[in-house]
Amino acid sequence: MSAPATAARPAPPPAVRVTPVAPRRRRARLLRWAGVALLSLMAVFFLLPIYVMLITGLKSFEEVSLATMWRLPTGIYFDNFAAAFRALRPNLLNSLALTVPAAVGSAVLGSFNGYVLSKWRFRGSQTLFTLLLFGMFIPYQSILIPLVQFMQTINLYGGIPGLILVHIVYGIPITTLIFRNYYASVPTELVEASRIDGADMFRIYRHIMLPLSPPAFAVVLIWQFTNIWNEFLFAIVLTRPASWPVTVALNNLAGSQIVEWNVQMSGALLAALPTLAVYVLLGRYFVRGLMAGAMKG
Amino acid sequence: MVAPSAILIGIFVYGFIAWSLRVSMSDWQGLIPSYNFTGLDNFAHLLFNDRRFRVDIRNTAVFSVAFLGGATTLGLLLAIMLDRKLPAETFFRNVFLFPMAVSFIVTGVAWRWLMNPALGVRVSGLNLLFERLGLDFLINQWHMTSPPWGMAFVAIPALWQMSGFAMAIFLAGMRSIPEELREAARVDGASELQVYRRVILPLLRPAALSVVIILGHISLKIFDLIIALSGRQLALDVPAIYMWTTTFDANNFNRGAAIGILLLLSVAVLVVPYLWYARRQEAEL
Amino acid sequence: MKTLRMLAVAVSLLLLAGACGQPDEIEPVEPPEDAPALDDPEAAEYDVFEAPAEEEAVEVFTWWTAGGEAEGLEAMVEVFADRYPEYTFVNAAVAGGAGTAARAVLASRLAAEDPPSSWQGHAGQELIGTYVVAGQLEPLNFLFEEEGWLEVFPDAIIPQISHEGNIYSVPVNIHRANILWYLPEQLDEFGVDVPTTWDEFFTVADELEAQGVIPLALGEQWTLMHLFETVLLGTMDVSTYDGLWDGSTDWGGPEVAEAIEVLDRVLDYTNPDAPTLSWDQATQLVIDGEAAFNIMGDWAAGYFGAQGLEPSAGGYGWAPVPGTDGVFQWLSDSFALPVNAHNREGAIAWLRVAGSREGQDAFNPIKGSIPARMDGDRSLYDDYLLSAMDDWESDELAGSLAHGTVASDAFKAEIDTALGLFLADRDGDTLQDELVNACEAAGPCE
Repeated sequence: MSAPATAARPAPPPAVRVTPVAPRRRRARLLRWAGVALLSLMAVFFLLPIYVMLITGLKSFEEVSLATMWRLPTGIYFDNFAAAFRALRPNLLNSLALTVPAAVGSAVLGSFNGYVLSKWRFRGSQTLFTLLLFGMFIPYQSILIPLVQFMQTINLYGGIPGLILVHIVYGIPITTLIFRNYYASVPTELVEASRIDGADMFRIYRHIMLPLSPPAFAVVLIWQFTNIWNEFLFAIVLTRPASWPVTVALNNLAGSQIVEWNVQMSGALLAALPTLAVYVLLGRYFVRGLMAGAMKG
Repeated sequence: MVAPSAILIGIFVYGFIAWSLRVSMSDWQGLIPSYNFTGLDNFAHLLFNDRRFRVDIRNTAVFSVAFLGGATTLGLLLAIMLDRKLPAETFFRNVFLFPMAVSFIVTGVAWRWLMNPALGVRVSGLNLLFERLGLDFLINQWHMTSPPWGMAFVAIPALWQMSGFAMAIFLAGMRSIPEELREAARVDGASELQVYRRVILPLLRPAALSVVIILGHISLKIFDLIIALSGRQLALDVPAIYMWTTTFDANNFNRGAAIGILLLLSVAVLVVPYLWYARRQEAEL
Repeated sequence: MKTLRMLAVAVSLLLLAGACGQPDEIEPVEPPEDAPALDDPEAAEYDVFEAPAEEEAVEVFTWWTAGGEAEGLEAMVEVFADRYPEYTFVNAAVAGGAGTAARAVLASRLAAEDPPSSWQGHAGQELIGTYVVAGQLEPLNFLFEEEGWLEVFPDAIIPQISHEGNIYSVPVNIHRANILWYLPEQLDEFGVDVPTTWDEFFTVADELEAQGVIPLALGEQWTLMHLFETVLLGTMDVSTYDGLWDGSTDWGGPEVAEAIEVLDRVLDYTNPDAPTLSWDQATQLVIDGEAAFNIMGDWAAGYFGAQGLEPSAGGYGWAPVPGTDGVFQWLSDSFALPVNAHNREGAIAWLRVAGSREGQDAFNPIKGSIPARMDGDRSLYDDYLLSAMDDWESDELAGSLAHGTVASDAFKAEIDTALGLFLADRDGDTLQDELVNACEAAGPCE
């Protein structure tokens, strides 16, 4: 990529030109307020769906209708949340037991791969990377049948461990990509130096790469946590009822005949709480990790 | 250290792709597996003889353009505004990021209400809001606009969900551009707009590519969002939905597998140049 | 950092199991046939979350997950628990019914030769055309004989649930598809009568439209197929209709052409946002007075009830869909016995309950359907259901298309696609051609 022309030019001596400051500043201030106004408008757009879900979740079943969807509930009706929570509680625990190890597992494998593929060039490493990455694009709907057969064969069908394995595997491509891009910005000299000192591959990883990795782990863990938490297809096909995560249970809040939208919406909000919390509490680290190079092309 | 991943991906991706390929060239319909070789018949049927698949390709194209174009534009716009260090930056950033935390199914349900296309006395959702605010000219039929443009409206919920991601990547890209570069341009007399156009945007090209690749594969595989938003209707059908219904509702396993392979091929067309580009980049470094 | 490292070690121990490759040993990826890294005896021990696989468990798939249908199922499970305390009922309900995740779960379980003990399917071709022809279900003649069910189920239903002389499922309930719903008080207000033929419907519809009322409320695409099946039945006699499903009526013939013409005209009188409404939101249009009529199966009665309306003059009213008077277009939820059923004895016990008077009378009043048996306890059912029970005994019977009675899943899927394309281009001739093709590709036509 060509560096922009302006940037390449040497900087002229500063303060050559004197600009009238006051009008410029006023314009800047005006622009700032325009910016904030625009951002606020966008924020409203982003919050509207949540508003609708929240107020619908607080309404009684008779009160729910498309015609009055913007109207605030006549009385606050927490029963829906209670009902949804009762229905979803065991599954929330399943989701937790599923999501944490699966996110961590795929992150760890991804960091292994990212490290090896960026710092240890060997014959076919590019091809291997390409092949790993390509796994991200496989349409999951088309491989459900062999997947179930395979999981049965290795005796991991039906429970959470099998689902963890599947999420780890299909997480590998994206986690590898992120870690590889991140590690690419770590100076190779560091690795070279310890290699000369006689450190083996795993030691270098543990003592040099891992301590540098938290920003990338933050990005990967947040990404994987939300994706796995929200995943439905593998969950429903690979687990038996006792192990269903919350997405499956949420889906079951709707019957085949009458959808109780109020319970449905409050359930959806409940199910989304953990991931929402992750973003609100850790969003900073997400952006920071990206800044540290986790998603550079 | 890569071996476990290589083995796992070997089985779970390439093994299953091989299986799909075999099924896609078979006569397997119904619940009894049947692997009689039929060559490319299933592909030929889809590509030349199937009206539904033609609708699907058109819909995916419309959706992808709207979604990718919209997400990069909106993401960039939001990133630039946040980059200006405006007040309440953290709040805004969180607001734009949080839809990522919601699943496509939930997004679809919420937007199903918002994008209600009924007109007249039954006007509802956003249209009702527009009416109350006197913005009548904005009232429209959303995703029920006549095909194929309705599909472009399906991109709205997807944009709602994913443009925060584009924003985060662009913002990170901008923040990691050394301040000196901007200063140098300003001193050169470039206006703020020019600073962005000439200095920052070119440096964001790799970030933009990441965005396009990651969102691109989401857009080709989009499935649950559409189902939750609009149920099953052919006007908004995409290959991933066709694959699902033909496999599991009609038990045409061969046709479903063929659609899967075609999807994979189209993804390859998207990704291989990216990888090639990325590799050339590294060679230059 | 320390915890992270420990987790890393733990996970890699679980997954590595094999050797940790050195860089120069890495080979291009090949899908190995066996999976040494995973075939690990420890994996079984790790199975802490899995409920113990009990011998006595009877795992039953349904799509009854919420509302009255889930409560009805629970009531029937109670009967089961009383009668067969030695078994544990495992409710593997997945929402959505036909066309959703439930189908994928079942298909993949069957492909892996691990069927549940029993599953819910629509009686008729949905089970026969898909599962029986694939050899996945056991005949149940022995059960029908032992339990004396041949005497209590209507004669007309037996051939519909049989294939080559064998009976393959136990119908639990009956729903009626061809019902036109309305609110009598509203019709008075609009000044119209309930139409009994499609011609009358069009006259009434014009009057309603002039008053700004939607004549017929319609929902998402499957409700269009539902409408189509009632139109087919309303424009031809029952034997011609039956012929569509065994190949003796020509899909390219004038009867179908007439039905398509009627369908096309009816669509002009429906709400334009139909594809985005679920069926109950469409029914709600009638309740809200925005639409005059709705064509839907009689599960709509349950919805009217949930909205506080009674089956009476001041509440909701119903009539056969125009042109279908004296015909009961039926569908039925039923349970089947898979070959290699997990806990076959327990599964049979479940089927005995599902076919029993006690089981059906526990389930149906809550679910809002009538028992498939003709000896249900009439004191348990409301006015609508009582009228349905009378019709079930007296009317001519015809099977439903959209709900799996008369067409296999593959045939139905092709028809669905053809209707979807029709909705976009409204080209009746093309639709008829596509229907002919569908019948040849996946239906009974040669």
